[in-house]
Amino acid sequence: MTAISSYARALAAASGTAVPTATVRHVHLAARPLILVPLAMAGEANAPLAAMVGTERERPELLVVPQPRNRDLRFAFAARLAEIFLPYVLGFAADIEELTNGPRTVDAPQLIVPNQAGVAFVRLFGRSTRFRTTTGDYAVEPSVPLLGRWLTFFAERAEVPGSSLMPAATEMLSLHWATGQSALEDANLAALMGWIDPPAGADGPAAARLAEDPRHCPPAGPTTDPGFDNEVLAPAIAAYDAVTDPSQLPDAVKRLEEALHSQLQPTWDLVWRALDRLRVLPGGASVPGRWEVDRSRYTGFHTYMIEEGLPQARRDGAVAAARRLNRMERAQASYDAERAFDDPLVMADHRVTGEAFLGSVVAVDRDRRVPNGRGKGRLVTRPLVTLRTEDPVRLALGMKVVATRRRRQECVVTALEPCDAGILVTLEAQNGMGRSAAPAPGSVPEVGESLCYSSVLADGVRSATMPEAEDTPWTHGGPPQPYEPSEQDTAEAWE
Amino acid sequence: MSAASVTSSASAAEEAERVIQAVLGDLRRGHSRGVIVDSPPGAGKSTLVVRAAAVIAGSGEPLMIVAQTNEQVDDLVERLAARLADEVPHARVGRLGRAGYAPSARIANLPNIVTASDIAGLGDPEVTISTAAKWAYVREGTWPWAIVDEAYQMRSDTLLAIASRFERALFVGDPGQLDPFSTVANDRWHGLVWNPTQSAVAVLQRANPDLPVHRLPVSWRLPHTAQSVVADAFYPFVGFRTGTGPGERALTIPGHARGPADEVLDLAAATGWGLLELPARHTVRTDAEAVSAVADVARRLVERGASARSGTDERAVTPDRVAVGAAHRDQVVAIRAALGDLADGSGPGQVVVDTANRLQGREYDVTVVLHPLSGRRDATAFHLEAGRLCVLASRHRQACVVVARAGIRDLLDTHPTSDPVHLGEPVKFPDGWAANQAVLAHLASRSVQAGGAAYAAR
Repeated sequence: MTAISSYARALAAASGTAVPTATVRHVHLAARPLILVPLAMAGEANAPLAAMVGTERERPELLVVPQPRNRDLRFAFAARLAEIFLPYVLGFAADIEELTNGPRTVDAPQLIVPNQAGVAFVRLFGRSTRFRTTTGDYAVEPSVPLLGRWLTFFAERAEVPGSSLMPAATEMLSLHWATGQSALEDANLAALMGWIDPPAGADGPAAARLAEDPRHCPPAGPTTDPGFDNEVLAPAIAAYDAVTDPSQLPDAVKRLEEALHSQLQPTWDLVWRALDRLRVLPGGASVPGRWEVDRSRYTGFHTYMIEEGLPQARRDGAVAAARRLNRMERAQASYDAERAFDDPLVMADHRVTGEAFLGSVVAVDRDRRVPNGRGKGRLVTRPLVTLRTEDPVRLALGMKVVATRRRRQECVVTALEPCDAGILVTLEAQNGMGRSAAPAPGSVPEVGESLCYSSVLADGVRSATMPEAEDTPWTHGGPPQPYEPSEQDTAEAWE
Repeated sequence: MSAASVTSSASAAEEAERVIQAVLGDLRRGHSRGVIVDSPPGAGKSTLVVRAAAVIAGSGEPLMIVAQTNEQVDDLVERLAARLADEVPHARVGRLGRAGYAPSARIANLPNIVTASDIAGLGDPEVTISTAAKWAYVREGTWPWAIVDEAYQMRSDTLLAIASRFERALFVGDPGQLDPFSTVANDRWHGLVWNPTQSAVAVLQRANPDLPVHRLPVSWRLPHTAQSVVADAFYPFVGFRTGTGPGERALTIPGHARGPADEVLDLAAATGWGLLELPARHTVRTDAEAVSAVADVARRLVERGASARSGTDERAVTPDRVAVGAAHRDQVVAIRAALGDLADGSGPGQVVVDTANRLQGREYDVTVVLHPLSGRRDATAFHLEAGRLCVLASRHRQACVVVARAGIRDLLDTHPTSDPVHLGEPVKFPDGWAANQAVLAHLASRSVQAGGAAYAAR
């Protein structure tokens, strides 16, 4: 936890209401997201029990697996989910803009789940469906493996810092508000919303306490409340199993549907309320840029599904793992930097640690020219800007900094001197001043201007190219066996 | 020097020489594609690298050397240039730098060095040396031989990016030091042989379990007083011995003790270790009292004009032979500020204050360490990491003074190791918890309590 977020938590605990930790929204919210609230059956890994899914707040679809231990019913559930999910996801593929480096869809699907456990459910459900075969023993509907591949795509994007393709509601809320409870308690959507948006007459702690009572507020899943399991769900499933007369089946299913509806509807409403709260915030300046990356990835995967469409590998090979790690580290660095540049409250974290500072310009040497360092006596424009700041600056000479309001101009710290009330920081502007000898008007800060410079910058360096997978060197176990789809992929105990 | 200790260091030298000959023998025979050499702190790792490089360069086969930081590269270039000038006069060392690279002053004027920012600009020197980060951008050419220095600091994915450049390689490093880290957490690679977040040596050994592993047996840096502590805490299964025996190193600090800092220095001079214990308290990271205690110890050491003897060689402990280590950068900044003109970066001859990561591979006469767990309410994996404590506790030739809040052992007892165990993932040993306990147990009998008011915020 950073100093600012710890302080915000302390404030929230003292005041009994959530405290904002962001002034802008750092996630993209699609105009028409698909909300998915999944439930799993206790005692068996990733056995789907029910889901509430849809794009319209008033018309959620309820999908139920009447006997989750029955694999045929599970994959029937997957097929029904695919009927809703695939048309939504593929519906964004037709509308395309042509860019110099290829096509990109103008929008992309967004899947929203209540919490991080929901993301894990999607990942595992994608894993259990993407290798299924549509022929032979235990064949499933053709849409099921397709669903699995798309769910896996969304789950893999969710691992990438800054991606908004599949956000969890709790994560989005915690990014923008601090509560007076622990991070573990924040993972409970109802308790978190209790702090952020308490019902009339209650404060955060009271609302959160109430939200933690499963009789008042069912858990956001995928795990269900054990009391509900024992008292409601188990008898209802037993009654379904006991049906011998097919004409009685609809009634047994209806009983289960009603029970599960009562468990899902409150979470469904909470997710929409969370979105309402988030939509009020203005979007951060770099959010559209990150959404463009999401759109490109969506476009790329859509093309891949048409051209090749093999399921994603069970595990990353050596090369794929290294590439993914590098991608994620780059995404993390640029996400951290962009968030701070978008939002003074996030930047405050860096100002506390001394990696950024807010200062006012006290002197400018605008027309300074220095030799370009490559000989031939050529001069380059390198203005000096001196700022006075009272922030606890912990920068080193030679470090690169960029101002929040002058993002296209890199500066290098050339001097740090203590002065009567604070520190004088001298920066040398490196670029962003136009091509002529004298800097373009407005391209160099002016005396009196108040600027916030940060050294937390996205790593602009492209990471090293990894070898191709078939050239994996001996140090990493040599080239892997190429993937051939086989019967083995789907071999598992079915009944 | 007594007759007995002459034989002890002579036999230590023989023992180390036998290992080095075995390593060079393995390289010459070339039965396996790789050779791994584990080295405890200060065991002559760079010497081995330079010797092996000279042997390979002498055989006429091109060699690439990979180090982790530019400083390490320049250190090696300097030593290698000197050795090659004697042994293989025609051989040149190519120093590959980043774009716009200008060689540092200490290597710029060496006669057998060529520098460039791309491979073509070097013109096929006998030895090409650069950082792993730079090697990753070299897209073509293969070298029959590579030496990878500080291989335990290198991450698996970095090795993957450069491994196509060499056929056979010698990997040298210290397994007790800090592991490489990643800025993102992801458990999808746990249990994979090629988990990209582990160290280069870990992946190499898991993918090639038959590679020969040699261990350098003698630490030439550490004094005899550090042998049992560092070996037991951080190298419990292999151990090592120090090159000097009891009494061969001595730290003399003249003057009379005036306060707890002086007392702990006297204790450290006598026993090689000292613990300055402040009253138990939970504090922020830049604990003002601990910071001023650390600064006080370092300042008193410099003020009293200590001298260090090793064998018959006696030298003054100048400020640049003193290092202060801490876990976090903000602690380093605070300690530098507290040391004032002793460490304000205004010139050479100053006390070195840095984080454990940046002190790796360096050597001083006396070190002052702010304990990573001092004043903490919790013991996170970062603060417990055995490598961090190992780096901090093994930089000294004479003595090490640790400054800490009381209560660390209680903190350890309330935070037993709780990291999840993953299938197929080798267990990291020793774990930080055990290593911390071992070091503290040793320090317990060498502690000085600073009273409540001694370092109260000024």
